[in-house]
Amino acid sequence: MNGFPGFALRRTVGTLATLLAISVVVYVVFYVTPGNVAQITCGPRCSPVQVQQVADQLRLDDPLYTRYWHFLQGLVIGQDYSTGASVQHCPAPCLGLSYQSDQQVTELILAKLPVSLSLVSGAMVMWLILGVGTGVLSAWRRGRLSERVLTGITLAGVATPVFVIGLVLMIVICGELELLPFPQYVNLTDDPEQWAWNLLLPWLSLALVEAAAFARLTRASMLETLAEDHIRTFRAYGVGERSVIGRHALRGAFAPVIALNANTVGSAVGGAVLTETLFGLPGVGRELVHAVDVVDLPVVVGTVLVIGFFVVIANAVADVLYAVADRRVVLT
Amino acid sequence: MSDVLIASRAPGADLSVPGASGARQFWRRLRAQRAALVAAGAVAALVLVALAAPLLTAVEGQDPTTYHPDLVDSARGGVPVGPFGGAGGEHWLGVEPQTGRDLFARLVYGARVSLGVALAATVVQIVIGVAVGVAAALGTHWADQLLSRFTDVIVAMPLMIMSLALLAIVPSSFPRPVLVALVIGLIAWGNIAKIVRAQTLTLKGLDHVAAARLSGWGGWRIARRELLPGLAAPVITYAAILVPQNITVEAALSFLGVGVKPPTPSWGQMLTAADVWYQAAPQYLLLPAGALFVTVLALTVLGDGVRTALDPRAASRLRVGTGRRREAASEGSGGTDPEGPGGAEPEGPGGAERPGGAERGGAV
Repeated sequence: MNGFPGFALRRTVGTLATLLAISVVVYVVFYVTPGNVAQITCGPRCSPVQVQQVADQLRLDDPLYTRYWHFLQGLVIGQDYSTGASVQHCPAPCLGLSYQSDQQVTELILAKLPVSLSLVSGAMVMWLILGVGTGVLSAWRRGRLSERVLTGITLAGVATPVFVIGLVLMIVICGELELLPFPQYVNLTDDPEQWAWNLLLPWLSLALVEAAAFARLTRASMLETLAEDHIRTFRAYGVGERSVIGRHALRGAFAPVIALNANTVGSAVGGAVLTETLFGLPGVGRELVHAVDVVDLPVVVGTVLVIGFFVVIANAVADVLYAVADRRVVLT
Repeated sequence: MSDVLIASRAPGADLSVPGASGARQFWRRLRAQRAALVAAGAVAALVLVALAAPLLTAVEGQDPTTYHPDLVDSARGGVPVGPFGGAGGEHWLGVEPQTGRDLFARLVYGARVSLGVALAATVVQIVIGVAVGVAAALGTHWADQLLSRFTDVIVAMPLMIMSLALLAIVPSSFPRPVLVALVIGLIAWGNIAKIVRAQTLTLKGLDHVAAARLSGWGGWRIARRELLPGLAAPVITYAAILVPQNITVEAALSFLGVGVKPPTPSWGQMLTAADVWYQAAPQYLLLPAGALFVTVLALTVLGDGVRTALDPRAASRLRVGTGRRREAASEGSGGTDPEGPGGAEPEGPGGAERPGGAERGGAV
């Protein structure tokens, strides 16, 4: 198959294969750990009987491929778990039960997902505006002092870890100047205004770090386009500098920026973990940090898989968008 | 992130092969860039501080792990006694709240951990990446398919998330800094493998490699004598990007409490509790944050400089460097840029290069 439908189909199959491979790698890595998995999972104060219960529930005595098969079955068709006397049905996609709370991991993650999605989507809007804006400005003012200042700021943005930016912003804006309250998550459906107000600082922290990459990319692509022949033609026809920059050169940055954007959404989840922890937002990332703290293996594996799922999807979307936006790309 | 443009270049791979004279050319080009020189000086100073940490603390007369309960005011929750967080002749930068440990000692020992872990992780990444990349490019079709798909899976894994999760399950008896370096190294080698594979494929088609093969050289000898020198430029360039990235990841993991654990000092870990104390002891926040910022900034600028020195064409797309013109003049080539608007050169093959490839994998 050729052309776009074939490309999209191949990408979809490839994405599914990658997801499957990731689930295998993650599962194997986490359940073939050095040490007694049941003991680690159950905690140091568990009695041998409890450890054996955990081992039974995890089916640790089965060979690894059987266990993975069960896990995969749970994901696709759901699974029944016997916790004590009662039997709990865990519908598909089932990621198992938490060892801390016996809660279903899927439910646990779904409850936290809106927070993380709010954080990343809002931050995305901000890093696009800040990053592309800075890039356009520095391409426009190239060679002047203002461009050097912008380049310096961008470099500082690249060099500052998200938790340092967040920490400083929180201390200065919430602590010293008291312009904003210390963030507390409010549901979007409950109170949109409070939702945005409380997330403003987390958005900004996450966006400032990522925006630097967009500024550099936008500027570089625009300068590249500005050197092309058709821009010289526009100039020769007397098209104003503002229009050359704002309309024609910006077009050259379009494809790379949307591709980078989809990739950044994927990579920003790492930053989101830090932002959530720093600001105390009850998202998936904070859940992961907590699960890591108490070694709640099913929750760890579940969150890693869910986050991996979003990253892989974002990357696939990046490929497709890039192909659509830039006709020169050869579809393979 | 600076790796965006690099990654987009790698498949094209028209990087010149540095030979014996390449090293000298590299130094000349690096020296021609003022910012890179300053950054190199800063990095050298940081490495010196890290190496001389025991010496420096001996001069101060302190060590990073001794508690000084007499220097903190337990009635006020452990605020350091005295002005400026207890800074003075005894403790140059003051003491840590609550524990009273010497801040200067923790900071310089933290430099050891930070740089050591980042460098070790980079070495692991390069070793695995080069091995996988070369094997994929030189191996059979199936080996290439297998290795390349595996690399894709590795690239798709978010670095922060995976290392966070992995660090949780390894027994704590393992030396923590070594473990953090290993985990980062084992997860984030995908991009380097991709770059190396592409470059090896290009090199494989070159005449001198074909000549070596025709004269009956074995695969090992060809790889060592003909391929590895050609791989040096892209690998060094990418490694220069990886080091600051690894520093950030280590700091982030330690900040979250899963990286380097107390009593071993680490900048990220020092920041964990810093927000509570910023009013009483602001340097407890500012020092590790500043150290982290300066280190990553210096390494990033140096990385840009290294790339420019190895691939001058990439530089013109990044910024209009005065160093570039000086370098062109010093080489006596006479011809500077074809002076497009702002000195930007049009890029060669625009084609199917896609940016952002290196962005995957959860940079922090």
